[in-house]
Amino acid sequence: MNREDFPILSTGIIYFDNGATSMKPKCILDEVSEYYSKYTANAHRGDYDNSLIVDEKYEEVRTKTKKLINSKSDKEIVFTKGTTDSINLVANGFIKDILVENDEIIITKAEHASNILPWLRLAKEKNIIVKYIPLNENNEVTIENLLNTISEKTKVISLAHITNVIGDTRPIKEIGQICKDKGIYFIVDGAQSVPHIKADVQELNIDFLAFSAHKMLGPTGVGVLYGKEEYLEKINPQVLGGGMNSTFTSAGEVKYKSIPTALEAGTPNIEGVIAFGRAIDYLLEIGYEKINEYEKELSEYLREKLNLVRNIEIYNKEIEGSIVAFNIKGYFAQDTAVFLNKYKICVRAGNHCAKILEEEINVKNTCRISLYFYNTKEEIDKLIEVLNKQEEILDNIV
Amino acid sequence: MDPIIKRNIILENYQNPEKKGLIDDNSYLKMNTNNESCIDNLDIMYKIENGIITDACFDGEACAISTSATSIMMKKIIGLSIEEAKELIKNYENMLYERPYNENILGELMVYDEIYKQPNRKKCALLPFESLKKVVGYEENNDN
Repeated sequence: MNREDFPILSTGIIYFDNGATSMKPKCILDEVSEYYSKYTANAHRGDYDNSLIVDEKYEEVRTKTKKLINSKSDKEIVFTKGTTDSINLVANGFIKDILVENDEIIITKAEHASNILPWLRLAKEKNIIVKYIPLNENNEVTIENLLNTISEKTKVISLAHITNVIGDTRPIKEIGQICKDKGIYFIVDGAQSVPHIKADVQELNIDFLAFSAHKMLGPTGVGVLYGKEEYLEKINPQVLGGGMNSTFTSAGEVKYKSIPTALEAGTPNIEGVIAFGRAIDYLLEIGYEKINEYEKELSEYLREKLNLVRNIEIYNKEIEGSIVAFNIKGYFAQDTAVFLNKYKICVRAGNHCAKILEEEINVKNTCRISLYFYNTKEEIDKLIEVLNKQEEILDNIV
Repeated sequence: MDPIIKRNIILENYQNPEKKGLIDDNSYLKMNTNNESCIDNLDIMYKIENGIITDACFDGEACAISTSATSIMMKKIIGLSIEEAKELIKNYENMLYERPYNENILGELMVYDEIYKQPNRKKCALLPFESLKKVVGYEENNDN
């Protein structure tokens, strides 16, 4: 649906790599362009008209984001560079200071690198332990396995809401309740979920939520860190400089501004944030319910058709969701992806930044299809038609 | 070279690669090579005696282009002196970067003479040579 709003979709590509990034509707491009052609100014600086317009528009997006995830206050919304930046900020600016030796952080082997590497480094620096929740036969997190992993030493649980290779949706609300009851900090990587489903931070009992604008129609280089106000206030800013300080003296007395400004040093990606606000409007104009309904129908259609393809191995058969990881038996994932590219079909081949998932699914590299609401059944039909010519994968290789 | 012959050579080297499988011998130099922008991951072992590459073998998971290029490279380099290996690298890179090169030196590696048309595959064809460069101490830019 809404394909006419996306200029790039008329170029003939079939874009199935939405887990990596999304395409942008024209209104987002216009928003970026207008900042440069009509009212360029820095944020939080001057007293002239354009600078006030920028301030207003920039802060308006904070309010839109707050509403999108139902947070309590604008102060709980920090603009970052993206999900990775957001998780690193929580890990290094907050969690690092509260953990002591032998404390435990719980994640899974299905997480994206951005929700593994910051914790592995903390583990080394602070002598803390990273524990992995064993996944069930469908590579999902179960409450039972989670409870068996939690100990008295568990201080943090950090999980993707929807994983980026298997595509399963975690029982975030129940996990959030468990964390609340046990006094564990709960961090959620929403990179793959916020573009597709409503993530209500209060209902789900989330302490920190990280997500990226570019996977939900917005520009690259913009992300969000939501944190409960009482926690965000304790974050130690990782980047210091302009915009985030209130006073400083040569004697070294420094006072930072209050949150969220204290965590947004330097000139932000102003046009990116403003365009992200337009992306939020656009998504809400369609409505999450309508998006969910359509994507569900589309992914069922995709799975049904893929199941009929010869020699296909699907690694997340039992999972409902808009991501499918597969290989054509006998062909290396990259060779299959390069073959599909000859028909302008864009899929991702590789480990998708989940390098230790291999230990769970016993396959290192897969082709990944990730859908969004602008994909169509016709595009899926074309994909199937091409996959049915699989004996040609290595033809015309050079 | 005829495209069908090229394809057959590549497929033969992909499906039945030469010198595939590592050996347990400390006298070999072992190099891991993986391409930062792709997913191929190969281990290549070299035995060098008195300035001559006397043996080589490899293992790993990689695409058809990387695997076949490694297999062909194995056949080409065994018996070469370090200097000859450098000459091979230089001519191979020249071919991939569309510069003049000596066909006679490259032999079967000529199957990749049109790979420059697929920029996303060029790195695959270069992958095994990245490790060979380190082993023979090949200096970048000495080919320009």
